[in-house]
Amino acid sequence: MATTATTLDGIGAHPHVDAHHDSFVRRYIFSTDHKIIGIQFLLMSLFFLMIGGILAMFIRWQVGFPGKPIPGGGVLPETMAPGGIVLPEFYNSIVTMHGTFMVFFAIMPLLVGVFGNYLIPVKIGAPDMAFPRINMASFWMAVPAGFIMLAGFFVEGGHAAAGWTSYAPLSANPELTGVSTGQVLWSVSLIILGLSSILGSFNYITTIVNMRAPGMNWFRLPLSIWSLFITAILVLLAMPVLSGAIIMLLFDQTIGTHFFRPDTGGQPLLWQHLFWFFGHPEVYILILPGMGMASDIIANGARKPIFGYTSMVIAIMGIGFLGWGVWGHHMFMSGMNPTLGTGFMISTMLIAVPSAIKVFNWMGTIWRGNIQFHVPMLHSMAFVSMFVIGGLSGLFMASTPVDIFIHDTYFIVAHLHYVLFGGSLFAIFGAITYWYPKMFGRLMNPFWGKVHFILTMITFNLVFFPMHSLGSQGHMRRIYDPTQYEFLRDLQWVNEMISMAAFVLFASQFIFAANFILSWTKGERAGPNPWNDNGLEWSLPSPPPHGNFAVTPTVYRGPYEYSSPLVTEDFLPQDLKLEGNRESAAHAAGH
Amino acid sequence: MRRMLLAVVPAFAMLACGGAKEDAAEGGAPEQGEPAATTPQAAEGGASISGTVKFTGTAPANPNIDMNEEAACKSKHSGQPTDPEFVVNNGNLGNVFVYVKSGLAAGKTYTAPTSPVVLDQDGCLYKPRVFGVMTGQQIEIRNSDPVLHNIKAVPKENRGFNISQPTEGMKTTRTFAMREVVVPLECNVHSWMNAWVGVLDHPYFATSSNDGSFKISGLPAGTYEVEAWHEKLGAKTMQVTVAADEGKTQDITFAAK
Amino acid sequence: MSWFLPPGASTFAGDIDWLYYMILIMTGIAFVVVEVGLIWFLFAYRNRPGRKALYYHGNNRAEVIWTSVTAIAVIATGLLSAGVWDDIKGRESVPAGAMMVGIRAQQFEWHFKYPGPDGQLGTADDDSTRNQLHIPVDTPIVAVMTSDDAIHSFFVPAFRIKQDAVPGMTIRVWFNATKAGKYEIACAELCGLGHYRMKAMVTVYAKDDYNRWLGDTSRRSASASESSSVAPRPVAMNHEGGSH
Repeated sequence: MATTATTLDGIGAHPHVDAHHDSFVRRYIFSTDHKIIGIQFLLMSLFFLMIGGILAMFIRWQVGFPGKPIPGGGVLPETMAPGGIVLPEFYNSIVTMHGTFMVFFAIMPLLVGVFGNYLIPVKIGAPDMAFPRINMASFWMAVPAGFIMLAGFFVEGGHAAAGWTSYAPLSANPELTGVSTGQVLWSVSLIILGLSSILGSFNYITTIVNMRAPGMNWFRLPLSIWSLFITAILVLLAMPVLSGAIIMLLFDQTIGTHFFRPDTGGQPLLWQHLFWFFGHPEVYILILPGMGMASDIIANGARKPIFGYTSMVIAIMGIGFLGWGVWGHHMFMSGMNPTLGTGFMISTMLIAVPSAIKVFNWMGTIWRGNIQFHVPMLHSMAFVSMFVIGGLSGLFMASTPVDIFIHDTYFIVAHLHYVLFGGSLFAIFGAITYWYPKMFGRLMNPFWGKVHFILTMITFNLVFFPMHSLGSQGHMRRIYDPTQYEFLRDLQWVNEMISMAAFVLFASQFIFAANFILSWTKGERAGPNPWNDNGLEWSLPSPPPHGNFAVTPTVYRGPYEYSSPLVTEDFLPQDLKLEGNRESAAHAAGH
Repeated sequence: MRRMLLAVVPAFAMLACGGAKEDAAEGGAPEQGEPAATTPQAAEGGASISGTVKFTGTAPANPNIDMNEEAACKSKHSGQPTDPEFVVNNGNLGNVFVYVKSGLAAGKTYTAPTSPVVLDQDGCLYKPRVFGVMTGQQIEIRNSDPVLHNIKAVPKENRGFNISQPTEGMKTTRTFAMREVVVPLECNVHSWMNAWVGVLDHPYFATSSNDGSFKISGLPAGTYEVEAWHEKLGAKTMQVTVAADEGKTQDITFAAK
Repeated sequence: MSWFLPPGASTFAGDIDWLYYMILIMTGIAFVVVEVGLIWFLFAYRNRPGRKALYYHGNNRAEVIWTSVTAIAVIATGLLSAGVWDDIKGRESVPAGAMMVGIRAQQFEWHFKYPGPDGQLGTADDDSTRNQLHIPVDTPIVAVMTSDDAIHSFFVPAFRIKQDAVPGMTIRVWFNATKAGKYEIACAELCGLGHYRMKAMVTVYAKDDYNRWLGDTSRRSASASESSSVAPRPVAMNHEGGSH
């Protein structure tokens, strides 16, 4: 039962008093409870993460061992891999779909759909999202989008094969690839997914702006919420651009419009501008929530306040804002006016600064801390260290002359995987492990968590670090058979080694999957606050009831008051009322 | 139930009859590399149209093919490889596709042979370069080169395809469902590679051999419009009347442009 | 496995390689400082019985310092790069009198066109080759690039040049090869099933040898009824009826 606190009056999210009368379908399938929806996104995204991983295995098999039949590959149809040998057109589809599934159906929903949904209400003290039914619609649109995307594998002509970036006219003109229905399905799927994301985004923004509990002012918000807030704004503004561009592509392909097809008067570069105007904010969508959650976990693991909270917030905003002005750095070689290239180079160089601030602040956070190496902390530290590599490698390609050489090589592939996997995915593993007890009432097994972490960390670096070297030798990307080139033949041993490491990397994820599944019923039962964290959600039972807070909490301080001199414990929850006026004195003294 | 049987039984009967006929007269797929000089299957009648396609004037020199960057194919050619646009021997023209354009009994359907027509890629050239196939008949495409070829069909009436064969020895089959003369085939990895396939819904077609000879057999008596098509010289049509079981000789002449 | 760039063979290699190594050193230092720092902190400040973390919210001075250092480093990199970029890709950067070569990219071949004795591209005496580019050493070459179908990208690793060839656009890219020899050309933009094999070879001749080659090809192409590369194949329109 919730009291009607002033911040909630008149807003749609009234706690559901008679929840226990709802059917199983209403409670767990067509649920409007943000926590259930978050878990639904989690299960869906983990499934697509596996699909993306399987596709990566196909890629690495072919690149490492070109022309060799895949073991067991005989089951694949002749149009894809006759005798188990991947065909070049199928390889191009796999490369396309690996990127597409990972970006749109794994990482984005894992960060935004799962943690946006799950964390926002419980961390700001709200009973649910501002628009619970729209929230439900958002998930139930993502599911058919996923099915449509999977369906593309089964149509004549095969799946979309123009890269996840879908450059026109390769994507717009079916004559150039032999793919028509597959590309149409790709487009339709992403339009629906875009709508799902947009619905989610204004839900998040409205909830954070309007439904914070009393005392939860903006500068007491956890960084996870700040990052999800800025991310939601990016989603709201960027996804429509993608949808618009894809609609134009769809029309070019099906009804004879001329947006991008030069044979009928269109401009291929227009697609690139539109796509990357979305695409660059998109990559910040794919990293910011991870940064935010890592901040929460790192402060917790170090038992120390976040170093420079205000600068961290400004850095998040800076990344979000500056991210709109750098899209052309994906187009340095595109044939656009070179002066534009210089402009985008400067803006790209500048956007390194807020990310650097965050890295230094994370270091400042663990400096003189009292570091607990729980599994989420391991993943979050891996996140920082791998993100640093990804960020530094970005400086090479930001320099337009150097990009002349490394554009479209494995140097770029290395960079993007260091930020998306080394960065976002480690952050996701950490976040899932951290909030798992809150979601399911049980802890994931820490021993197997550590085994999974170590195996993943080692094999991840074995796979992606050598790619910097391949790229610096000029090894192109999206290449079905590198041995066709004399200058690449001497490097083929590196490809073999990367592929073998990749197989072990993929296999190691089954440890995480098994831990995830088995802990659901066999994990050690969790109390409300297994990590001694300060956030509002950790005062709730694990899992929290429908409507979350029996009594709307009042917030007295920020979320990172670890090792405060005001209490003997090394943590101090946001909603814990302390007697007297010690708080303001400590604030004045300790900063 | 009874209505279903009434529909199904005659259908089976027709299929059975057609099947028997085609078993009896197996036209046989042309040998790899050879154009199909004769009709693929013996059909209703016993008449035939045969002759020689002649070429008058000086044949233009076939263009050189620059195979310098495709060593595996270049080594299969002794001397400078050329693109055989004109196959002229002693005034006779090969690779001319000759077929019955009209004049067959309306509404008659013909069954395609079960054996495929083989299209090979050898020395980075299509063999045969010009050939005919029936609707629904399989074309077996083979790669006899240790290099990537793709086979792109660019038809107007039919559904096209674009398939790759990255390794030597690969075989893929495709069919065309609709009549179309002719469907161009091309390789994009080797832009000089071209082939043309005439797709017909009847078996009355042939491609002239290197010596210019062709034969269309098994025709019922009648008056037919026959067309001869060459990739560079265009098409010529003529009226040919055959009596039952008559072996008519009909030469066709193309002149240099 | 190496972080060193392959040997360069053009006038661009000096500047580009220098920038690359400068960034490598700068990021290398940052990498070592940060990663060693992280590992050291994780070790030095690990939880031990009786240990307490420092209750500390931040230090503005430190923030200003490391923000400024980062900003200066990246802006300096940008400014240094800008000059080199202008020299290579700037619209005014093509040297006067550069020898013109036409590059026509198509699925999945590179067709090169040479001006022939009249020195003009696009006239009847032009010569052409498939997947081979023949140029003299120490001579500025300006390639005029078009594409027949998809976006391709002309990439010569040894020359440190890359430029997308976009259908519907005519794009110039110039370079000056400094060492005679043979170098591979790759397509660096996904363009279909044959993308992985869309390779060509550039042969850089000493000046005398180049004149000899020019003489040879003139004789060769005169004997063919058409030039040894095929005329552009127009990209077919969508078939009526839409998707297959």
